[in-house]
Amino acid sequence: MAEYQNLFTSVQPVGPLHNGIDLPRGDDKRTGTPFLVHLLGRIGNAQIGPVYLGTLGVASLVFGIAAFNIIGFNMLASVDWNPIQLLRQLFWLALEPPPPAYGLSIPPLAQGGWWLIVGFMLTVSILLWWARTYRRARQLGLGTHVAWAFAAAIWLYLVCGFFRPVLMGSWSEAVPFGIFPHLDWVSAISLRYGNLFYNPFHALSIVFLYGSVLLFAMHGATILAVGRYGGEREIEQIIDRGTASERAGLFWRWTMGFNASMESIHRWAWWFAVLCPLVGGIGILLTGTVVDNWYLWSVKHHVVPAYPLGSPVVVDPAILGVKP
Amino acid sequence: MSMLSFERKYRVRGGTLFGGDLFDFWVGPFYVGFFGVTTVFFALSGTMMILWGAAMGPTWNLWQINIAPPDISYGLRFAPMMEGGLWQLITVCAIGAFVSWALREVEIARKLGMGLHVPVAFGVAILAYVSLQVIRPVLMGAWGHAFPYGIYSHLDWVSNTAYQYLHFHYNPWHMIAVTLFFAATLALSMHGGLVLSATNPGKGQVVKTPEHEDTFFRDLIGYSVGTLGIHRLGLFLALAGVWFGCVCIVVSGPFWTGAWPEWWSWWLNMPIWRT
Repeated sequence: MAEYQNLFTSVQPVGPLHNGIDLPRGDDKRTGTPFLVHLLGRIGNAQIGPVYLGTLGVASLVFGIAAFNIIGFNMLASVDWNPIQLLRQLFWLALEPPPPAYGLSIPPLAQGGWWLIVGFMLTVSILLWWARTYRRARQLGLGTHVAWAFAAAIWLYLVCGFFRPVLMGSWSEAVPFGIFPHLDWVSAISLRYGNLFYNPFHALSIVFLYGSVLLFAMHGATILAVGRYGGEREIEQIIDRGTASERAGLFWRWTMGFNASMESIHRWAWWFAVLCPLVGGIGILLTGTVVDNWYLWSVKHHVVPAYPLGSPVVVDPAILGVKP
Repeated sequence: MSMLSFERKYRVRGGTLFGGDLFDFWVGPFYVGFFGVTTVFFALSGTMMILWGAAMGPTWNLWQINIAPPDISYGLRFAPMMEGGLWQLITVCAIGAFVSWALREVEIARKLGMGLHVPVAFGVAILAYVSLQVIRPVLMGAWGHAFPYGIYSHLDWVSNTAYQYLHFHYNPWHMIAVTLFFAATLALSMHGGLVLSATNPGKGQVVKTPEHEDTFFRDLIGYSVGTLGIHRLGLFLALAGVWFGCVCIVVSGPFWTGAWPEWWSWWLNMPIWRT
């Protein structure tokens, strides 16, 4: 009954460390000497490094670290430069966007000006990192699928922090930097616009989020379960189907009447993961710009019933033309 | 026939947990087995009862069909059919179908000489369902605390339950669960993208190797977990996310009745801050 289940690597063979495939002409050198960490090797590769920094990487890190530090110092300033209070209140602290009165104009530094600068620097950092992801793939002769998946996440980031605030005409609509404050933003936008659960794009986004988790559990488990047949050699199995692929496919065929192939499961994976932020971004972009109350929108489209309201009857302030 | 070109040699007898050879056969692409029979029984019974409940309800609008659990006043007792009894039987059928499905997966895995990772992983999803529909309601003393069966009604349940604790995002286990869900999705996009990028490098180019994959992520972030490791990592992120999801809802009510933002006051009031 007891048999080997592929969970951890019990024996770690150690060979010469791999510096990576040769770099093409025009690339910088890689940084760092690779080394082994035994515990990492229990799960995956034990080798850490080398890393390729390059111009894009360094520039991205400079902007990213600058943004991170400005956020930190703004938080520190908000607790009167007391480092202990910074630690104590860290989760509650924020670098907030400008108040609504400033619209899309440039406010004083302490009134959201820093937020605007940080948002710009973080965006530059992220876009440089995207370019780096794209370029590394190209330089190594790979397709650019990872970069385009990353672009889907950047879309959601830009919708929340840039596109929607611009369409709404106010930076104050954007997300603050901070642990609890950004969660407060999520709750506030949901309450203000009639509960985001009634936003069908939000629903779809969650379907793809949960779907991605489900797919990775199914895929990860399947590959580990055929590990004894070399299932993790996926590229090889895609080109030349072996018994690992056949068993993995038949498992799902016999279970649910349908199976992906060793290649197509990765297309399912990519699309599920990409569609999550993609449709989520659409949902946020429409919130407040096109649709003012997702509950009333859903009632209008017969998706939800008009629930009886307790007294007194609450009139949606948006109907009265009240602007926040 | 509905068999793949290589399928016949894999269709061998054995591997069953129960029933011997009695149900050891296929229908079309589906393996049956004893637990296939029980799956069909529970799934059909449950579906018929959902249809019955819908027929007795006020609407056939797919989005609005709702089969609610019993009122809180029934506690943990049986309720009349149209006042939540149907919900109770549907829940029994659902759990029966899920567990049957998991055991059928065990039989299929054994037949194919595979590990048991998939049924174990599915077991964690079943645990999440049981946490919401059985464990938490039992701990709180009424079936009425479970969620209703309906597309938008279950969303209303999530919303209402979350606001009972003022702001559910402050629930620390919910925070961990959401982080793991996002991390699993991120890892999935990177894994799917990486494999596709190695096997689809562009017209006229040679398919790349795992060395290229490792080099790509080492170049990018200094570490590549590797072809085997990514599947362990992905499975871990997914299952840990669901596990913390179970914890975050089971503690809400049975072990914490206040507002989740208040929970954090222990951190603010720790003696170490008094200097």
